[in-house]
Amino acid sequence: MEMNQTRRIVLRGAGSFGALSALIMAGVLKPTAAFAADWNKAAFEAKDTPAALKGLGAGSTADSKDLVLKVPDIAENGAVVPVDVISNIPNTTSIAILVDKNPTALSAQFSFANGALPEVSARIKMGQTSLVKAVAKAGDKFYIAQKECKVTVGGCGG
Amino acid sequence: MADPMKIRAQMKGDVAEIRILMSHAMETGQRKDAAGNTVPAHFIQSITIDVGGKRVVDGQTGTAISRNPVFGFKMKGAKAGDKVVVNWVDNKGDKRSDEATVA
Repeated sequence: MEMNQTRRIVLRGAGSFGALSALIMAGVLKPTAAFAADWNKAAFEAKDTPAALKGLGAGSTADSKDLVLKVPDIAENGAVVPVDVISNIPNTTSIAILVDKNPTALSAQFSFANGALPEVSARIKMGQTSLVKAVAKAGDKFYIAQKECKVTVGGCGG
Repeated sequence: MADPMKIRAQMKGDVAEIRILMSHAMETGQRKDAAGNTVPAHFIQSITIDVGGKRVVDGQTGTAISRNPVFGFKMKGAKAGDKVVVNWVDNKGDKRSDEATVA
């Protein structure tokens, strides 16, 4: 009797373990998703630009004229503000877009590989008139460019 | 599941231009509905682009990307006929994968 019970518990344990590994093998429960990096919560939930940059690992940034940031001088609709970033800095591997006065400063971050050119165009939301910043990573250095965009109607609340 | 993406990939000289239109509400978590209730945050967090079987762009996004996001990228080393695969995943685990061919 006692023997039997132990055996049953062992079998049950083995059964659930087996089912779990089968699921992992089938790709249903991947330990990490097919996406390379986990979402950088610390950077994206940072309230201001310095904290967001810290979350990105960009402790210090240098101004660069080779980092081109295009945003309109005036955005009538803060819900849709076109942003273009082009890095002419050699060996740029990633670009981040930040808005100083948004509730969370970091909008997006892109890494480039296998022939992708270090440039991106996107449409972002701006809550109010603010400096927009582009940060490029090249080697282990970070470069920054910034431009003010006046927002007539904010695009965060509404 | 969300609506399909629109992906256009076109050779311009030796550079492939990739434009992507995603269909997503991109709720910031700050907006209030007509009844005054806060609409929970619902936004795309991760975007990947593979061309010809290689990962070319790996991106992460926050709430400040506009509704129905549009992104443009460029790459060298692609050729007409290469397959372009774009994936996104949002904060609720919804995801989409769509394909196009470089023209």
